[in-house]
Amino acid sequence: MSTEIMASANAEARAVTGAGPEARAMDLLRFATAGSVDDGKSTLIGRLLYDTKSLFTDQLAAVEAVSAARGDEYTNLALLTDGLRAEREQGITIDVAYRYFATPRRKFIIADTPGHIQYTRNMVTGASTADLALILVDARKGLVEQSRRHAFLCSLLRVPHLVLCVNKMDLVDWSQEVYERIADEFTAFAAKLDAPDLTVVPVSALRGDNIVTRSDNMPWYEGPSLLHHLERVHIASDRNLVDVRFPVQYVIRPQSTTVTDYRGYAGQVASGVLKPGDEVMVLPSGFTSRIAAVETADGPVAEAFPPMSVTVRLADEIDISRGDLICRPNNAPAVAQDIEAMVCWMDETAPLRVGGRYAIKHTTRSARAIVRGLHYRLDINSLHRDESADELRLNEIGRVRLRTTVPLLADEYRRNRTTGGFVIIDEATNRTVGAAMIVEAS
Amino acid sequence: MTTPAAYQVSHLDALEAESIFVMREVVAEMERPVMLFSGGKDSIVMLRLAQKAFAPANVPFPVMHVDTGHNFPEVLEYRDQRVAELGLQLVVASVPEALASGMVRESGDGMRNRIQTPVLLDAVEKHRFDALFGGARRDEEKARAKERVFSFRDEFGQWDPKNQRPELWSLYNGRHHPGESIRVFPLSNWTELDVWHYIAHERIPLPSIYYAHEREVIERDGMFYAVNEFFRPRAGEERFKAQVRYRTVGDASCTAAVRSDADTVEKVIEEVAATRITERGATRGDDRVSEAAMEDRKREGYF
Ligand SMILES: Nc1nc2c(ncn2[C@@H]2O[C@H](COP(=O)(O)OP(=O)(O)OP(=O)(O)O)[C@@H](O)[C@H]2O)c(=O)[nH]1
Ligand SMILES: [Mg+2]
Repeated sequence: MSTEIMASANAEARAVTGAGPEARAMDLLRFATAGSVDDGKSTLIGRLLYDTKSLFTDQLAAVEAVSAARGDEYTNLALLTDGLRAEREQGITIDVAYRYFATPRRKFIIADTPGHIQYTRNMVTGASTADLALILVDARKGLVEQSRRHAFLCSLLRVPHLVLCVNKMDLVDWSQEVYERIADEFTAFAAKLDAPDLTVVPVSALRGDNIVTRSDNMPWYEGPSLLHHLERVHIASDRNLVDVRFPVQYVIRPQSTTVTDYRGYAGQVASGVLKPGDEVMVLPSGFTSRIAAVETADGPVAEAFPPMSVTVRLADEIDISRGDLICRPNNAPAVAQDIEAMVCWMDETAPLRVGGRYAIKHTTRSARAIVRGLHYRLDINSLHRDESADELRLNEIGRVRLRTTVPLLADEYRRNRTTGGFVIIDEATNRTVGAAMIVEAS
Repeated sequence: MTTPAAYQVSHLDALEAESIFVMREVVAEMERPVMLFSGGKDSIVMLRLAQKAFAPANVPFPVMHVDTGHNFPEVLEYRDQRVAELGLQLVVASVPEALASGMVRESGDGMRNRIQTPVLLDAVEKHRFDALFGGARRDEEKARAKERVFSFRDEFGQWDPKNQRPELWSLYNGRHHPGESIRVFPLSNWTELDVWHYIAHERIPLPSIYYAHEREVIERDGMFYAVNEFFRPRAGEERFKAQVRYRTVGDASCTAAVRSDADTVEKVIEEVAATRITERGATRGDDRVSEAAMEDRKREGYF
């Protein structure tokens, strides 16, 4: 009996099939979990995989065996993502686990992140590329500081869609009142963050209520199950197709006797649409030219848009190298050495200090930077700005002014997640110590 | 104006674009990259992506095979043919040579999985490679599911799972001191099914053992092992002929086949989509040693 999967009286289980052979051209949703330690993130992912029949029998058997050996009363589905030895010993998630599943409607990449404050940087890693974040809250505890920190980080990282999952509803007697109190409190907090799109779902990750199928235990809830929402949330318009931004990654110049005089600029389209014939400007030089061709190894294409990796050829011979950026003459990012950014500090060994010098990586450009000022540090609970702060320690967030050695070709992060974000690297240890989101560049 | 819906990309195109981006980052930023190429399906897909990333120029780095000496002849032949076609430089890090020179010693169970690690690290040091592309995917195994795309390794090639570098957006940090290196996994986000869809879509030829064929096997722990010079049946294990194919290709002494009639890529895709067992679970004796076998090997410098 010790290794059952907990089950509730759900509406009749729906058959969800994996990606069949025909399922080549599906769209992709990347989502991350967030929320405080033990609020049920990994359990929810395990449940989602289990109920969509995405688990393999040997994976499930392994998890059942470990659960049984530990004397758990039920199969701990969190073990499906908590795969490291230390995670299993401590019963917490330490680093992001990536898992994959598909339904006939969509393909999903899951980043299951840790809730423990010590590993916030790993949560940030998982959330930085997410289209959607699931923020879990334990219904018994309500919002705690770590729920607010993660919600704030999601909004700072501009994860376009948020879903608040009020979890462990089984432990509060499926109470509508408890649910509504938490939903209201979170909605009020999210309004201050200017979170783009928020949905709220009451769930029991352990028992599977409202995960894949609607729950019979909460008839008062009229919204969709979590999976239903994940399958249908509209993400196509999240991409920026307006501002042409093409950071040059690598110059392709074959040293060959058959292909001569070839010079192509390889990169991934960050935003906008590039077409042959378009007038373009190259930064930082400011030279203009026309796109002669947009190529891939499979031949030329009529248009390139995010997230395509292509090679752009220009009509004129101009000097272009890695770190330059191709845009339109009438729509260009700032060419800026003075950068205002929100910074999340991720290093436990040394704080960010005014006067500190670091390496940075922004798009395909590397530079050095000096911290010129720290405007304030944020209190996560109250969102109060502490202007007397003179450093940012591990997991602290603040607004920072930096001066860079070479200009960045930068947009505001809220307008462009690729040309608006950069990482800060400690030159002595080579570790990535800060995540920065540009507020203003001049 | 075109509607945004027209600018959709399929998940396979998105994965391809991401992998190409990763490879170009490595070549632009690292000094001496090398790609691990075993002739297995993941490394074959990875090599195809490398061709695409740098076309019309040639693949701008050598490939390396860590040769355990326990090879499937079809795979070795494929490796050599592909290398010749693309005009690549092939580095072979040879376990048999390392055994002969005394650098490593055969382990008690005869499995060469663990002893390939020092051989790999020795070749890395000798050639001063600072970036090693590997075809590992996060969906393969629970420790792999935790690893970054750019995975920092210290001068002993060790992975420290509790202390990985944050990896935000697509800003990969490949900085390292001399002697340290970065393992790079361009296929991190691909699943087994994605790999097969891509093989079908790109019409990539594979070593024949990936498709159903008849072979003399024995059954052990529910897996089918080919009887060959590296694999000796134990007393009481009965040899018989079966229709099988390989889902993974590793060391011939510990890689098992699965029963299958799938003799075309379409049939393999159908089979993979319907299968209920992971590829490593179905085919790898080496992962069965303990719950954390892969994590432990990775800590020691394994891929
Ligand atoms: N009763 C009940 N228990 C739950 C539910 N969801 C999770 N749990 C339990 O809560 C505990 C913590 O669950 P995890 O899934 O590991 O929590 P987590 O959010 O992933 O924790 P970290 O990753 O370490 O931050 C486990 O014992 C779960 O079984 C739920 O819906 N109901
Ligand atoms: Mg967890």
